Amino acid sequence: MTEVITQTPPILTGAPSDKERKYDRQLRLWAASGQAALESSHILLVNSGTGTVGIETLKNLVLPGIGKFTIADDAIVRDSDLGVNFFLDEDGLGKSRAQHCTELLVELNPEVQGDWFPKNGEPLSLPDVLGNEGPYTAVLYALPVHPRCELLLQEYCNQNKTPLIAVHSTGFYADFKITFPGPFPVVETHPDVTATTDLRLLSPWDELIDFARGMTKDIDSLDNHEHGHLPFVVILLHYLDVWKATHNSAYPSTYAEKVAFRKMVSEAARTDNPEGGEENFDEAVAAVLKTVSPPSLPGDVKEVFAYEHDSPIRSSFWIIADAVKEFYEKHGCLPLPGGLPDMKAQSSVYIQLQNIYKRKARRDAAEVFESVRRASGGDAIDPAEVDLFCKNAAFVKLINPKNNDPERLLEVADEELANDEMAKEGIMPPSLFPIYLALRATAYTPSVETSFPEDILKDMMTLVPQLGDQEPYAHERYEQAAQEVIRGASGELHNVSAVMGGMVAQEMIKIITKQYIPINNTCIFDGIGSRCQVLRL
Amino acid sequence: MSDVTMAEATSAYTPESTRVDETKRWTYVDNIRTNPGPFSDPIAGTQEAIEQFDKIKVLGAGGLGCEILKNLAMSKFRDIHVIDMDTIDVSNLNRQFLFRKDDVGKFKAEVAAAFVMRRVKGVDITPHNCRIQDFDAEFYKQFQFVICGLDSIEARRWINAMLVSIAEEGEDADSLIPMIDGGTEGFKGQARVIVPTITSCIECQLDMHAPRAAVPLCTIASIPRQPEHCIEWAHVIAWDQEKPFPQLDKDDPEHITWLYQKALSRAQEFKIEGVTYSLTQGVVKNIIPAIASTNAIISGACCNEAFKLATSAAPPLGIEDNYMMYSGNDSIYTYTFKHEKKPDCPVCGQLSRPLQVNPRMTLQDLVDSLAVRPEAQLKKPSIRAESKTLYMQFPPSLEEQTRANLDKTLLDLGLEDGQNVVVTDPAYPLEFNFSLQFKKEV
Repeated sequence: MTEVITQTPPILTGAPSDKERKYDRQLRLWAASGQAALESSHILLVNSGTGTVGIETLKNLVLPGIGKFTIADDAIVRDSDLGVNFFLDEDGLGKSRAQHCTELLVELNPEVQGDWFPKNGEPLSLPDVLGNEGPYTAVLYALPVHPRCELLLQEYCNQNKTPLIAVHSTGFYADFKITFPGPFPVVETHPDVTATTDLRLLSPWDELIDFARGMTKDIDSLDNHEHGHLPFVVILLHYLDVWKATHNSAYPSTYAEKVAFRKMVSEAARTDNPEGGEENFDEAVAAVLKTVSPPSLPGDVKEVFAYEHDSPIRSSFWIIADAVKEFYEKHGCLPLPGGLPDMKAQSSVYIQLQNIYKRKARRDAAEVFESVRRASGGDAIDPAEVDLFCKNAAFVKLINPKNNDPERLLEVADEELANDEMAKEGIMPPSLFPIYLALRATAYTPSVETSFPEDILKDMMTLVPQLGDQEPYAHERYEQAAQEVIRGASGELHNVSAVMGGMVAQEMIKIITKQYIPINNTCIFDGIGSRCQVLRL
Repeated sequence: MSDVTMAEATSAYTPESTRVDETKRWTYVDNIRTNPGPFSDPIAGTQEAIEQFDKIKVLGAGGLGCEILKNLAMSKFRDIHVIDMDTIDVSNLNRQFLFRKDDVGKFKAEVAAAFVMRRVKGVDITPHNCRIQDFDAEFYKQFQFVICGLDSIEARRWINAMLVSIAEEGEDADSLIPMIDGGTEGFKGQARVIVPTITSCIECQLDMHAPRAAVPLCTIASIPRQPEHCIEWAHVIAWDQEKPFPQLDKDDPEHITWLYQKALSRAQEFKIEGVTYSLTQGVVKNIIPAIASTNAIISGACCNEAFKLATSAAPPLGIEDNYMMYSGNDSIYTYTFKHEKKPDCPVCGQLSRPLQVNPRMTLQDLVDSLAVRPEAQLKKPSIRAESKTLYMQFPPSLEEQTRANLDKTLLDLGLEDGQNVVVTDPAYPLEFNFSLQFKKEV
């Protein structure tokens, strides 16, 4: 099969294309690879209720340039829609809400396609939209819905391995839940740059040792300029050697030893120069506690290594993960990421040191690549993917959903009730679980306008029987949540749905681009206290 | 300013639609406004509260303007002003959703106001295509709230100082104009509510926005190691030496291309990798990544606070918790807390703020350090001690007279430990009081 790849011809000046200019502020977050993933995605929104939160989400996905969206919604635009949904106007009154929203959304970005169902006022056939119009990259639906509709969506997403997101916004309260179709690994988690420094000062390799020793063998006879430009990595390697010579060849390991070592480095700085000190030694002193430590395996990576697969079908992620695990077991450390933070040094010295780290990283990645190639299914894997994994090895993350565990809700309820015991003392903010439960209890009720708080509270207690045993304070918080949901009368507040639409869109972007870390798996927003809580349910 | 065109626009405009039943239209908002909930203020839902709401006049400003205007209009605010001096750039289109490709080059405030008035019949939005600093206290006093999505710390500090001074000089509660401030960077952002003189203000919170550490000039000039160092060299050294164009325009691709090529050849000379056009632009313009979804979250949170303040339908941020931090990089995390008012805040506090100094530093060092210290961040400071002028940036004659002081140390100038100094800066309409704290000699 031949694929025609259309590419913008490289411009000699390096100036950006029109598209790069338009998307500049987001390309700085997820790069061309993330953008390409967005552009080939197709999102389905099954809309219901007052219909705003899903449309606000789509707005935030159309703007950055998803490929296509489809709206399934059989509602007709009413006067009340115009007071809550910005992507409707008077011209749409009495017409299909799905069509009218689609038309006003595609205006936002000519590169995005939009479609809607039903086309001619016939009843909405969800099986047709699911079966004939996909495949979908992700499916979003707004609550309340009929349970039968939810079941159809769950079945589709389960079969097609599609992430499913349910969102519910009413009055000042809202929540959403992501159902991942299986384990969801992320390589490009974008940790804070300051967290990624990995200098291997306690396990230097020959090339690094030789370089450092070459620079420091006559450290005391260096002139002030040379001494003041030794890279801090070289300074630390030198004084670690000095330390070992007086400590039975052992590195400083306890906190007290590291503080003593830091003092040793600090005292080695020259102060008889015009500046009265040396910046590079200041940098070395500041780096001791963070960088003088043996390599360790972060918990998230342990989880990846320990993951047991239910099925033999495995993606490139898992083949590479196995190879990295093999590397780790053999060498006692992960492949070197290869980055070197900026530090005071002569340009050429810094570049040489940077290349020493880069070369080691390339050798490590090549070793991982060799074992990837030996694995079954590994021969098709792109070396660039192996490089990317190795570079991010310490920060890979596995979202491991445990779907459909009926006991989970009760477990969380116990945890959150216990949490509120402490919240009462003012140690921590109160749990948002009451809001979750009140929303959940009304997730299938088309309108709560005629309900009473007692009805909702009763449904909440059916879901979580422990509620009945609570003392009045805790009980009251659940009752208040029920009252607040009744007050919303199944209508959305635009601001709350705008916040929610932003949060759901962020999560969907993370899922589509496989960059940054999505929630696992439920997020509750309290528009009264202005805060969120994430729970795994 | 385009007052003439605005007047025309207003006269030609039908305030409410004839096709929509306005009562039905606002069903959901009015539900919340008229039915108090378990957390509402007792005034919520009363006739008084309803009438008060309808008279509210609110001001929005800055890069979150599109979202803020949409949200305010959809919250049934009817009288909105918007200030934005910027014109639309193609790089705004990925998030500022009221603008289209054809609008590039037009004033943001004008295009945004016209769009929202077209979409939401009955709302009146007055655009001002200028800087917030172009208005005086009289202008700001007409509003009940100010919502800012400004992209510069300087503009935030200016409007904060303005609103605090209105509150200090005012006699009744009407002079307390809450400021709701939002800002974003990538997947992160913050929303906060400031009640001038009552709660912690932007200046109290200044250290939460510490400026990025500057790269030392000697690194840029002689020992570059990073692509950014090469770009800074092209920007601050090569440009001045060669003056390829009369004035650097950071939005002109030709100028950026010149800097990029200069930086690239310097990088090649030092064997440094990673200079790209995009990085050049990012460093020179100090570009902060921005996406639609984060702007939606933060603007929604800000307007939700405005709605709560205006309706009493639920307790707003302010007196207790006043600050919400949002982070979406790793799962979702919010931290909502009370930022305490600082008694030594130069804007809303009574005490002067301590400034740690070395008595042997020169006045020039002190002046330079004021720009980078997180608690000051003043770029063009003039300084005077109780009875004598130490250094004045303006006017030129005074600058010349006081310039000789710059080379003197604080001790030479006769300054003492604990001495109060007053600093002014043309960017802010106020005086900053600092007290010098001499560092002990080691």
